[in-house]
Amino acid sequence: MGTISLKNISKSFGSTQVLNNLNVDINDGEFLTLVGPSGCGKSTLLRIIAGLEQQTSGDVLIDNKNVNRVRASERDLAMVFQSYALYPHLTVRRNLETPLRLRDYNAFERLPLIGNFSPSKKEKTESINQLVNKTSETLKISELLDRKPGQLSGGQRQRVALGRAMVREPVAFLMDEPLSNLDAALRVHMRSELSELHNSLKTTFVYVTHDQAEALTMSSRMAVMIDGNLLQLDTPQEVYDNPSSLSVAQFVGSPKINIFKGTSDSSGTVSFLNVNLKRKSSESNTDLHIGIRPEHLEITNESNDNTFSGIVAYRENLGSDIFFHVNIEDGSNKIIVRGLPQFTHQISNGSSVNIKRVSDKALLFNQAGMRVQFTNA
Amino acid sequence: MEAKQYIGEGWKHAILIIGAIVVMLPFYMMVSMSLKSQQEIQSISGGLIGAQETQTFPVCVKTGYSEETCTMKPYQYNYWFAFEKAPIPRYLMNGVIVTLSIFIIQVLVALPCAYALAKLRFYGREFVFSMVLFCLLIPVHGIALPLYVMLAQAGLVDTYSALILPWTISVFGIFLMRQFFMTVPDELIDAARMDGMGEYAIVWKVMLPTAIPALLAFAIFSVVAHWNDYFWPRMVITGNRDLFTPPLGIREFRGGIDSDEFGPMMASIVTVTVPLIVAFIIAQKRFIEGITLTGMK
Repeated sequence: MGTISLKNISKSFGSTQVLNNLNVDINDGEFLTLVGPSGCGKSTLLRIIAGLEQQTSGDVLIDNKNVNRVRASERDLAMVFQSYALYPHLTVRRNLETPLRLRDYNAFERLPLIGNFSPSKKEKTESINQLVNKTSETLKISELLDRKPGQLSGGQRQRVALGRAMVREPVAFLMDEPLSNLDAALRVHMRSELSELHNSLKTTFVYVTHDQAEALTMSSRMAVMIDGNLLQLDTPQEVYDNPSSLSVAQFVGSPKINIFKGTSDSSGTVSFLNVNLKRKSSESNTDLHIGIRPEHLEITNESNDNTFSGIVAYRENLGSDIFFHVNIEDGSNKIIVRGLPQFTHQISNGSSVNIKRVSDKALLFNQAGMRVQFTNA
Repeated sequence: MEAKQYIGEGWKHAILIIGAIVVMLPFYMMVSMSLKSQQEIQSISGGLIGAQETQTFPVCVKTGYSEETCTMKPYQYNYWFAFEKAPIPRYLMNGVIVTLSIFIIQVLVALPCAYALAKLRFYGREFVFSMVLFCLLIPVHGIALPLYVMLAQAGLVDTYSALILPWTISVFGIFLMRQFFMTVPDELIDAARMDGMGEYAIVWKVMLPTAIPALLAFAIFSVVAHWNDYFWPRMVITGNRDLFTPPLGIREFRGGIDSDEFGPMMASIVTVTVPLIVAFIIAQKRFIEGITLTGMK
């Protein structure tokens, strides 16, 4: 079992409020990602779960047991750190052994030399060796066991750090941006490896990242945190399609969602630029923000009352997609439009284009940044 | 271009070589004098090792040895007489006992202190650290007299304790190790806590191994200072020759009927200095190798 519940967690350092009354329930075997811009308190929350930091108020429950007063080492959690935090003076094998030795040997058996006289030590040493060998085979680091961390590459250190967390078979893994020190290609590769590992271990993962792409690709649910508040907790697809607020919509998705300023009239008809939306807003007679993701805009040859035009300022070619950064004609907006290379490869910087939107994809937000629903949607 | 470079490098080396010679010269004199006879030393002749003529040494005879015993080559005589006149092995052993005890206890005190000051959050930490800095400013000689009075009251004058106790808390050591521990990433300590280590285990099993380079620097500082210290042993060791440290031992050759016997005196100084130089050369090699923290990032 590995359920973790956070109830009304608040944390402040001096007068600075870092976490604001957070409630999160993490299910057994779930891959939950805490995602948010840097400084949003997600690492602090993870450290509170780990027991490395004490919350100012609120309760942490692991498997329905209150662990507010339980030390980090006794919570049976394992943590993987951004800098890997391997013991630099120990070989990989000793690094993997350390948590087991501390758990399994008693104080006498840990003593150098005379500890070896304990009758039960030999048996324990054997089981430790087996666990270390098993873990290193799973992670394919068996041939690295006799090296020191200084002799390993970034990816190898990452694996060793994972291994050190895995050997203990904890109730949950806590990961604090474990991929952010790797180069881009390796990071993408490790994402899939971590997902596979999660599938085979079936243990709870709590994963902190500032990279929304990692959150979208790996997690079963993601919690979006901004400024110490939990804004949305849902499946990645739901968070992407149905963001609860403007901040979430802007944070999740790359390139960023396009935001247009618009208004709704007394009947709830939403208009921006020269375009009217078909669906009606539930809030009438007000200023609204209309969010449309880059893939929901198309470059078109048509010109009618459902299109608007602009000048291409910058063309970002990713091979599979081309993103056009377009200045809208009235100068109010700079937006990003996705184009498929086979249709748009001839469009260059400075050319004038017409843009059409895919219907039923716009998102409405009010002036306070909260989501506004369509009446007939 | 290349030739020019060589000339530039040559200048640097020439200046460095001159500096090295200036520093090495006293050592050269010391070694040379420890090998030569008294006449050669006084007439400044004989080069490095002198003529090494077998001769009878008058001071030796005056001390009460037979003329036969006192007839030998100068280098033999100098070293034989130095060991004969003073129990130099005993002094060396005292030096080892005192400096090692001081260093070990200093480490036992300084490492937990430095760890607490660098990595633990507690009320008044900044104040305690400023007190440590303040103590760095106190000259040893300023508090020598009160220290002596306290030791005398406790009946510890003329004991090893008197030589060791006043130096067991090294504020310099605390400061140096604290500055080093500040550079150790917090995540390493958090990882150790997650693995189940207590705070003392972290100090000895995680911080100590990563701090070996800094600890070696401190060891050189501490051992050299206390091995060579003359002032403090001279104060607290008043009568018992068995407790003499090497610098006090050298003093044995000063004054008395053989006050100008430079040969044996220099021989004893060579014996006292050599262990330190050897220790330094060994430590220096480890020093340069170091344990890098590359495992961290």
